[in-house]
Amino acid sequence: MDSSLVNSIASIFAWAGPVIFAVMGETITERAGVMNLSLNGSLILTAMVGFAVATVTGNFLVGFLAAALVGALVALLIAFMSISLKQSQVAVGYVLAMATKSLAYFLGAPYVGKQVMQIPVVSIPLLSQIPILGPILFKQTLMTYFSFLLILACYIYIYKTHQGLMLQGVGEKPTAAFIRGANVNRLRYVYTGIGGALVGVGGALYSLSIKGWNGQLSGIDGIGWIVLAITIFGSWHPIKGALGSYFFVILQWLGIVLQPLLPNVNSRIFQVAPFPLMILALLFVNIGNADWVDRTLAGLPESTRRVIAKLLRAMRTSPPAALGIPFENE
Amino acid sequence: MRKLLTNRYSSIAIALILAIVFTCVVILVMNANPIRVFAVIMRGSVGSWDAFTQVLQAWVPLILATCGLMFTFTAGLWNIGMEGQIEMGAIFAYGVIRYFTGSDTPGAVVIILAILSGIVGGAIWALLVGLLKNFGGVNEIFGGLGFNFIADAIMLSLVYGPWKPEGVANGSTRMLDRIYWLPQLEGSYLSLWALGIAIIGVILVTVILKGTYFGLKLKAVGKNSKSSFLLGVPTNRYMLVSFILCGIFAGLTGALQVTGFNHVLRNNISGGYGYMALMVGMLANIQPLLSVPIALIFIGLSKGASGLGIDLQLDSNLSGVIQGSLVIFVLIMDGVRKVIQRKGKGAANG
Repeated sequence: MDSSLVNSIASIFAWAGPVIFAVMGETITERAGVMNLSLNGSLILTAMVGFAVATVTGNFLVGFLAAALVGALVALLIAFMSISLKQSQVAVGYVLAMATKSLAYFLGAPYVGKQVMQIPVVSIPLLSQIPILGPILFKQTLMTYFSFLLILACYIYIYKTHQGLMLQGVGEKPTAAFIRGANVNRLRYVYTGIGGALVGVGGALYSLSIKGWNGQLSGIDGIGWIVLAITIFGSWHPIKGALGSYFFVILQWLGIVLQPLLPNVNSRIFQVAPFPLMILALLFVNIGNADWVDRTLAGLPESTRRVIAKLLRAMRTSPPAALGIPFENE
Repeated sequence: MRKLLTNRYSSIAIALILAIVFTCVVILVMNANPIRVFAVIMRGSVGSWDAFTQVLQAWVPLILATCGLMFTFTAGLWNIGMEGQIEMGAIFAYGVIRYFTGSDTPGAVVIILAILSGIVGGAIWALLVGLLKNFGGVNEIFGGLGFNFIADAIMLSLVYGPWKPEGVANGSTRMLDRIYWLPQLEGSYLSLWALGIAIIGVILVTVILKGTYFGLKLKAVGKNSKSSFLLGVPTNRYMLVSFILCGIFAGLTGALQVTGFNHVLRNNISGGYGYMALMVGMLANIQPLLSVPIALIFIGLSKGASGLGIDLQLDSNLSGVIQGSLVIFVLIMDGVRKVIQRKGKGAANG
């Protein structure tokens, strides 16, 4: 394998970092039964905040912390308005997506195009010496390593710990979780906040390691919606969500690679193409839930029916049962 | 205090004050003077006849888009795909005009055909989102976004591809021949025809939603789709029809953008009106008549703020901050009002 291909595969993992952080954050939030629909705006706002704070203080860590804080605040506002004030999560999330985007462009104008130092690449001794795999996986920035660890941590937390079980319960059967002694609404606040903080880190990672901050030209607009789609595509499972994130970034990367091969097609089309493809992927994971599919399948011969049904079942996802539904302990 | 918070009107007034305070804080963060900022916005929106005609002109697409959303809002749906539906309307309308350019067909006929074709384009694009929801199980928010992205891709491939003007590719087509423009008011960009169509649109939506059996049933579907289904309302069909009606208005919006105002087909011709209309519709609470002044205020803010860059070196996205914070505070105050009322009821019952 030649080194340029190795490098570009390595860069896929680096580019996926922000998407991974945001998808993990949204997965945790939605697992608890709250939908943070503001992602498109909060990613842009936290990208701006992380960039501005890091530029002013000259310290990455402070930038990431500030972005995490802002991400958590936006998420908590959604929690407050939907849990405590019983407003529609979709409405609240949508307005915040719009408002935070405008806020980011307005407040971020003075920082447009400023230079920021690069996050250093850390080679892991020994592991980075492995041929091919070494430079791909173990010559990355600290934040990329964190993105790997985060996937694992989310998986273990949700599926292998007692708290994770409670988290699932709060999103699936809040009444049962309440009887078991869980303070459903408080847990929802907590997980929405944590999820928002992770989204914030993702936003800052965008501006600090990939795109910089160029206001409306930063190229972050739209990604938040895709993160929401990936969360569904990954059926609220951290590992599947991570696969979806890598799939999306590979599509973006293909756009850049294929562009010189197809000079007749405008370059902007390659930039937009991954977005509808991601939505198409949603269609495939959802179609098994539709009634008419069951009805059509019933008419097919047994052997074919079984194969298709199996395939659909493997792809099908169903959301946490109480997603978006307010909880009241009567 | 309690009375202030539980009265509908005073709670909206409080929300308005909070939004203004929040905006002032944001402006102060940028080291600017809020009074001067508001002065610039006023001057750029209602400060002169010229500015005001521009506001009215931009009000047309916003109110038409909002009118369309009234149908989907009533049916309990979030048609976030409005933006793409407007784009498709524009593409279809421009396609027709392009086809007839140079022919003997009178301009007025071509304009009517273009508008009808735009309506078809918008309706198809909306119907696709509805079908994807009903038969593919894809939530209309994601389906709508997906089709927005696809419409973007189609638009780009046309204006940078077969429809680009000779020699240059700047994201815009050649300007339409003058005979295909909707007549404009002397000395301004405002088309009274377009304004008239928008006003008819508002009346039409009000009549359909408030005065017909169809509107009533659509409302039932939106309020409780399961029980309406059990009562014999074909909910799926009603949802699809609401998408089509919404798409008709979106397509009309796009067609008017082409023949009425821009006179070209270009990238971003939908201008964010679809996204903004969702906020106007939320504030208007499915009251078409109420959306008339709200849309006017929103557009006034946007147009007025566009002068901020030149006059005060501030970013024009401030208008989005004001609009967004206004909706957020209205939602918050509405929530507070309902929580207090519910508590009061609980105490009375207990």
